[in-house]
Amino acid sequence: MLAVYAAAVYAFLHVPMLVLAVFSFNASRYSVWTGFSLEWYRATFRDGELGQAAWNSLVIALASMLFSTALGTGCAYGLWKRGSRWISGSMYLSLITPEIVTGISLLAFYQWLFRYANFHLGMHTVILAHIAFSIAYVVVVVLARLRTFDPALEEAALDLGATELEAFWRVTLPAILPGVAAAALLAFTVSIDDYVITSLVAGVDSETLPMVIYAMARRGVSPVVNAISTLIVVGLGGLILASERLREA
Amino acid sequence: MNRLRTWFLAPAATVTVVLFLIPLTVILGYSAMTRGAYFGLGPPWTLANYARVFDPLYGAVLWRSFVLSAVSTALCLTLGLPLALFISRSGKRRNLYLNLVMLPFWTSFLVRIYAWIFLLRDTGLVNAFLQKLGVIHDPLPMLYNDGAVILGLVYGYLPFMVLPLYATLERLDPFLIEAAADLGARPATAFWKVTLPLCAPGIRAGAVLVFIPCLGAFLVPDLLGGGKSIMIGNVVQNQFTTARDWPFGAALSLVLMALVMLALLAALGRRSEDLL
Repeated sequence: MLAVYAAAVYAFLHVPMLVLAVFSFNASRYSVWTGFSLEWYRATFRDGELGQAAWNSLVIALASMLFSTALGTGCAYGLWKRGSRWISGSMYLSLITPEIVTGISLLAFYQWLFRYANFHLGMHTVILAHIAFSIAYVVVVVLARLRTFDPALEEAALDLGATELEAFWRVTLPAILPGVAAAALLAFTVSIDDYVITSLVAGVDSETLPMVIYAMARRGVSPVVNAISTLIVVGLGGLILASERLREA
Repeated sequence: MNRLRTWFLAPAATVTVVLFLIPLTVILGYSAMTRGAYFGLGPPWTLANYARVFDPLYGAVLWRSFVLSAVSTALCLTLGLPLALFISRSGKRRNLYLNLVMLPFWTSFLVRIYAWIFLLRDTGLVNAFLQKLGVIHDPLPMLYNDGAVILGLVYGYLPFMVLPLYATLERLDPFLIEAAADLGARPATAFWKVTLPLCAPGIRAGAVLVFIPCLGAFLVPDLLGGGKSIMIGNVVQNQFTTARDWPFGAALSLVLMALVMLALLAALGRRSEDLL
C-alpha cells in the first residue's frame, strides 16, 4: 500500500521530465508523436543566441563557484573556530530572503552606485550577485562537514610545530575537502540555474541560458526548449554522478 | 588564532555586507521615499508606501500568497510523509530512493516548470491525449489558475519536505513501534499515536522549508499563473520593472521579508537559529 503510494509520488516527480525529454526527439512540433528526429537538437546547436547564453552561464557559474567556495570555506572555518552571531545571522538571513527581494535590492543598490561611479550592468554585476548569494550555501555545507572533524587533529599539528595556517592547509582542509567539493558543486548549480536574480541585474551583454529559456517559455512552447532542457538535465545529472563517483573513489 | 580567524572571515563578511546587507538598507531607505515624476525618487519621507501594501487590492494578493503557500505546504506534507516513511523502511535501497527524491533538486527549476507548461497548456500533451480518447471535446483550461500555481509549488518544493521528514524518521527507534504493536495497537493506531507525534520536529522543519520559498515565489506564479494567479513576488517584480514605482515595491518586499521571518518564528521559535 505504502509502496504504491510512493511509486505514485515518484511518478509525479519524474514523469513530467521524462515526457519532456521524449518529446524533444519528436519529428513534429505539436504534442503528437510522429516519429524520431534530431531536428530540434540541430536547431539548438545552430542557434547563436543560445550558444552565447550558454557560454555566459558557464563563465558566470565557474567564476561564482570559484570565489564563493573560497570565501565561504574560509568563513565556515572562521565560524567553526569561534561562532559569530552577526556573521552566521547574516548568512542565515541571506538564505531565507526570497530571491526576488535579493534581486531587486541588488538592482536598487547598483542603480544607486551608478550615480557615483561609471559602471553598467553586465557580466561583472551578475557574477558579483551570484558570489553574494552562493556564499551562504557554501558556509552551511562546509560548516556541516567541519562539525564532523576532530579539532584534536589540528591541535596535534600545532603541537608538532605547524603554524596555524599550515595546520589549516595541510590537516583541516584535506580532511574537509569532500565537503568543500560538495559546496562547490552546489554553488555551481544554484548559479547556473538562477533566473530571478540574474534577470534583474543582467545587462544587454550578459544574457544567460535561463533567461533565454524563460523568454522562449513565455513566447509559447517550442520543441527547441525541450531539447535544451534535456541537455541541461543530462549535463547537470552527469556532473552530479561524476562527483558522486569521485567522492566514493 | 584570532588574527588568522579574522582573515578567514573578513572576505566573506565584506561581500555579504556590501552585496547583501547594504542593498537591503538601500531598499529600506527607498521604501520610505516618495516616487518622483519620472522614475525618480526622493524625499519627502513617508510611510504611505506601507499603508498602500494593505489596500484591499494588494491585501488580496497578500492573502492569496498566504493561502496558496499554506495549501501547497499541506499537500507537500500529504505526499511527503508517506514517501519518507516508505524510504525509511526500505532497508538497503534507502540511498537510491532518497537520491531519486533529490534528483529533481539538482536539475533546473525553470526547466521543471516548463515541463508542466508543456503538459498542461491547451494544446499540450494531456489535452491532446484526452481529446484523442474522446473524454473531452474542447481542451480543459489547466494552466493559468490557482490550481496550476499550487501544482508547480508542490512539484518544486516537495524534496524540501521529504528530506527533514526522512531525517527524523530514520532516527526513530523502531522498538517504539514494536512496543506499540505488542501493547495491542494496530499499525494505523501506532502510526497516529506514536510515529506522527515523534515526527513533529521533522514536520515543522519541512513545513518551514516549503512554506518560506512558496511565500516568496516568483517563477511559478509568473509562468503557471500567467498573470491571473499572482503572488507577492510578482507584484514586487512588477513595481521594479513595468510599473516603476520603486518606493512601493521596496515597501512590499520588506513586508514580504517580515512575513517570512514571522513564519519562521511561528514554526520554530527560539530554535530558528539551529538551522544554521
